[in-house]
Amino acid sequence: MLSKRAVSSFVSLLVLIVLVFFLSRLTGDPASLYLPVDASEAMRENFREINGLNDPVLVQFGNYLSDLVRLDFGDSLRKARPAMDVVLEAFVWTLWLAAITMVLVVVAAIVVGSIAAFNVGKPFDRIASVFSLIGASAPDFWIAIVGIVLFSVTLGWLPTSGTGTVWHWVLPIAVLFIRPFGLILQIVRGSMINALGSAYVKTARAKGVKSSPIIFVHTLRNAMLPVITVIGDQAAALLNGAVVVESIFGFPGVGKLMIDSILQRDFNVILAAIMVTAIAIFLMNILIDVAYALLDPCIRT
Amino acid sequence: MADHLLEVRNLSVRFHTAQGVVNAVNGISWHLDKGETLAILGESGSGKSVSASAIMNLIDMPPGEITCGEILFDGIDLLKASVEDRRRLNGKRIAMIFQHPLSHLNPVYPVGWQIAETAMAHGRGKAEAYDRALALMERVGIPNARAAMAKYPHQFSGGQRQRLMIAMALVLKPEILIADEPTTALDVTVQAEVLSLLEELKAETGMGLLMITHDLGVVAEAADRAVVMERGRIVETGTPHELYYNPQHPYTRKLLAAAPGKGEMRSTPAAAAPILRVQDLRKSYGGFQALKGATFDLHAGETLAVVGESGSGKSTIARLILRLEEATAGCVLWQGDDLLTKSPRQMARVRRQLQMVFQDPTQSLNPHMSVFQIISEGWAIHRDIVPKVQWKARVAELLQQVGLEPGHALRVPHQFSGGQRQRIAIARALALEPEVIICDEAVSALDVAIQKQVIDLLGELRNRLGIAFIFIAHDLPLVGDFADRVLVMQAGEIVEQGTVRQIFDAPQQAYTQRLLFAGLDADPDIHATRRSARLAMARG
Repeated sequence: MLSKRAVSSFVSLLVLIVLVFFLSRLTGDPASLYLPVDASEAMRENFREINGLNDPVLVQFGNYLSDLVRLDFGDSLRKARPAMDVVLEAFVWTLWLAAITMVLVVVAAIVVGSIAAFNVGKPFDRIASVFSLIGASAPDFWIAIVGIVLFSVTLGWLPTSGTGTVWHWVLPIAVLFIRPFGLILQIVRGSMINALGSAYVKTARAKGVKSSPIIFVHTLRNAMLPVITVIGDQAAALLNGAVVVESIFGFPGVGKLMIDSILQRDFNVILAAIMVTAIAIFLMNILIDVAYALLDPCIRT
Repeated sequence: MADHLLEVRNLSVRFHTAQGVVNAVNGISWHLDKGETLAILGESGSGKSVSASAIMNLIDMPPGEITCGEILFDGIDLLKASVEDRRRLNGKRIAMIFQHPLSHLNPVYPVGWQIAETAMAHGRGKAEAYDRALALMERVGIPNARAAMAKYPHQFSGGQRQRLMIAMALVLKPEILIADEPTTALDVTVQAEVLSLLEELKAETGMGLLMITHDLGVVAEAADRAVVMERGRIVETGTPHELYYNPQHPYTRKLLAAAPGKGEMRSTPAAAAPILRVQDLRKSYGGFQALKGATFDLHAGETLAVVGESGSGKSTIARLILRLEEATAGCVLWQGDDLLTKSPRQMARVRRQLQMVFQDPTQSLNPHMSVFQIISEGWAIHRDIVPKVQWKARVAELLQQVGLEPGHALRVPHQFSGGQRQRIAIARALALEPEVIICDEAVSALDVAIQKQVIDLLGELRNRLGIAFIFIAHDLPLVGDFADRVLVMQAGEIVEQGTVRQIFDAPQQAYTQRLLFAGLDADPDIHATRRSARLAMARG
């Protein structure tokens, strides 16, 4: 099962590498970006020769693959360091950002969603639903800009961008939090309403089980099954690098790195970044499967 | 008055729905004594479960509302007691089991824990709770009880799940057990076992048993007294014997008249040439053989019943003949041609002659199509049956034929009752003027009175149009009334076949005999005979 998944993921990764390798080379010649505008043709020729850009594209691809087998991902043109080091450095930032955001999202969505489901139609439920709908549909770049204007520029409470202190994390996390929170809250609420109306809850009540174990023991675990799938999707999206949010806040994560590398035609970094995020998402999906199996005995057997 | 174990006085409950206020029960009163089994008999919608839900505080309010009444237990009125006091009674002194044990057991927890939870919810320690759970699982007859505690509900059979529910209810030796249609979803043989288990447990503990059922047979088998409910009111109370032999209220009489198994059995007409010959039909799913070689003929205009317990391969035969699933081996000769080798295009032409009516019309009719669209859809595919200009008239005619009104054509399925929906499904099948209709448990989900109406309708169509039926059913009395010939199936094999008289009057196979004895009859006297026959078989 797992090995089958690994093989199919590996094949998709290969296809992706081929596509990105050739497509990125269509964006143009790095020499025109890295050398001064008035650089001579000889200098450009020299630059291309050093970086192996003069070979036919297929030969370049062959070289890239043979390096790849030896786990050599090439060097970053921009930073003159191994591309993988550059990517991993950025990825750690993204991983932290995604992990902290997701933990907050999951806890908040489950708590608020469960309470809303238990109070269907009452004010708490209404308010939670309205906010989650706004959150799930508002564009994050807009929220990010409004956040900066309000909290950084007008009120001066938070830094506008960069890293360094805990305060630098607040705005990016808050902005990334909103959409998955709204989405997951809706799923939790719907799923909990379903579970609370289910036959086994009736049985539990007939057994004399108290309200809190009915919610937290009997229904929550059943209601989590559809929620986990959505959590996985959302977490994968964050791991991919929150391109817009990282760029706006100048956050040195893998999303920003990818955009910069594409703009700078730093081919090796683009490829390395794609491989790292793909593997991270693959591992994430396995985690989701494991969680599913732990929660649902029908899948285990 | 105060001597009764439980007494419901003048209880009225109504529900506020989108369609307005529905009075579920209107001023009903009944009582239950220690060691007694009281049955509440009624059709769906009669409000038979409402008083039980009120006792257990399971009515959601809103939309429910208890407008008046008292429920007296142990000197207090439960309806005036606090939520917490009622919780303390639930499961400890009054327990309840339900119709569908699979959905009423929590799918993600081991059954041992779920049974022990009843005790733990009432303050017993974990060790004691698990000991009790184990003892009860052994008592209700779960094999390897200790190992079974760690298993999950989906790993048990339907009958075992109901036994688990019973164990869960009896952990704290309640004084009252409420059983809401406890055997409706079970096979006849399993039903008999579960009912006798309940009877034994009642005798052991002296508890009062409240049995909610739509089945006159269950009343005759299990009840000491019964109340008959119709549309939220109690119309009659009496012992099963009184109710059966001397019913006072017209509704009780109607229910009894509708109970199958009392009509003359049909004598087989002179055998016409077979129109459908099934030969050595087989189906495997992986290593599991669902059908191990079925061979039988269907003659023009005849009704062939297929009976057996769930999992015996009854429905598989229907699905293979119609090629809703592909057979593993064998052949199905329809007018001399093998259906199983036909191309999809050829098969499509044959399909109009072989129609099917499924068990659950709620699921088998598209909820977004009007009755007109549902019935006429086949004509758009088989264009030679009815020219388009006559569709409207023909739909109206068909609706009348099945006892509905032409004006119903523009409605959608959810606007009809279950029985009406099944009529629509039958009209849909008839629209294609088939020679064979396969009914897969087509009346099993219907109330007994409606079931009789649908069966009468099918019988009439059979006489008038000469349609042959393959009638898959688990209800033997019904088969006795309706069929010409019977196939008895067990574990994927046809163990016995013959005319309805041969099977019912002189069954050859032990399995057939067991099925027949396990069937519940509305007549309490017939019951006593069957029960002793069953016991004799169990001993022998």
